[in-house]
Amino acid sequence: MKFWSKVITIAWKDALSEMRTKETISAVLVFTLLVIVIFNFAFGANQEVMTVVAPGILWTTFVFAGVLSLNRAFIPEKEQGCLEGLMACPVNREVIYTGKVMSNLFFMLIVESIALPIFAFLFNLPVLSPQIIVIAVVTTIGFVTVGTLFSALAVNTKAREMVLPILFLPIVIPILIGAVKASELTLAGQSWNDLALWLQIIVAFNVIFLVVSLLIFDSVIAE
Amino acid sequence: MKRNALLMLSFILMVAALYLIFIYVPTESKMGVVQRIFYLMVPMGWIAMLAFIVTATGSILYLTKKSDKWDALAHSSCEVGVVFTTLALVTGSIWAKPVWGVWWDWGTPRLTSTLILWFIYLAYFLARNLATEEYRGATFAAVVAIIGLADIPIIILATTLWQGLHPPPLIFQEGGLDPKMRFTVLMSVIAFTVLYIVLLRFRISLRQSEAELGTLKELDE
Repeated sequence: MKFWSKVITIAWKDALSEMRTKETISAVLVFTLLVIVIFNFAFGANQEVMTVVAPGILWTTFVFAGVLSLNRAFIPEKEQGCLEGLMACPVNREVIYTGKVMSNLFFMLIVESIALPIFAFLFNLPVLSPQIIVIAVVTTIGFVTVGTLFSALAVNTKAREMVLPILFLPIVIPILIGAVKASELTLAGQSWNDLALWLQIIVAFNVIFLVVSLLIFDSVIAE
Repeated sequence: MKRNALLMLSFILMVAALYLIFIYVPTESKMGVVQRIFYLMVPMGWIAMLAFIVTATGSILYLTKKSDKWDALAHSSCEVGVVFTTLALVTGSIWAKPVWGVWWDWGTPRLTSTLILWFIYLAYFLARNLATEEYRGATFAAVVAIIGLADIPIIILATTLWQGLHPPPLIFQEGGLDPKMRFTVLMSVIAFTVLYIVLLRFRISLRQSEAELGTLKELDE
């Protein structure tokens, strides 16, 4: 129980600073909408084509938004010298990692919960189904589990913002495949049973990377 | 002395493998002579995988034991591995062109997952080279290798299922492979594995020399 109260304190710190500045969420949200608009022009506004490419557009958009938002997870901390403060906290590294995962997950889910209805509205597609929401939540958990680890790594490199996507994208390809396939099946009107396989892969990914990240996060931020 | 013996062994095995590939093994009936590339591509793909497993194992040991020799193993194996991964992709494409009529087929899980593996290899070097301090680079690279290793089974599973295929059986279980072909591919795998070990040892000793040179330069200053 003690573990979670510490985790929530760290996540709350991020949420509070975000609520006061609204920097990350607003920028990521605008970016997300722009990507959706650009894809609309890239593929033409034909409804038939859209039904086919929609899952791809949706997930490409969320992956790019994820990179943008995860990049902000540690850079402000580093710039303001807050990372040293976090390190000096009398808590385990696992607590810092989990707290960061929680706050990143929170930000990403807020962006997605606004972007999804807009996506449904602009493309006239039923993406607001319970299936898509479940897929979005589990996939986002996967993104932030790996992303938080790499974000902490990228902040200590020379090229910061450029490093994260190159590390992050190849690793998340399997859950991206899972999310796109599961969304495709949902839009094609398939039942939960048909999605189960892909959801299992995504959940397996999440569990594996949560454990591995918790084990090695310490070496990433150790001074 | 020992290294030269290994080098000689590698040379003999490689010549033997080339003999088997180009003279001994019968030409495949459907694909013709192009199919002989199979005996080079399979071992390269195998080394791509083996080198990455060695890299990740070295990385785990480096993070737990903090001894530079493990980082030397991981780093060297990764450099050798990226060469073989590139070669596997190139030979795979050369084979695909006459057989399927395209250089690249996204529907081939092995090809796709090798490409993703190649990107993870690149991420390893990037994390190492762009770190603000050298000792951090080694740690960061190790983290990428460990995450990459954990990812490989899921990548293979996802790319395979993506095509709606069941995971294909291993080559050695395929009933259709002629005994002569099986022998050739096996010999080729052995020859390439020995070559990998030779290259790995060369690279590790080169790295040691680099480190020694670095120390001497510092003393000089």
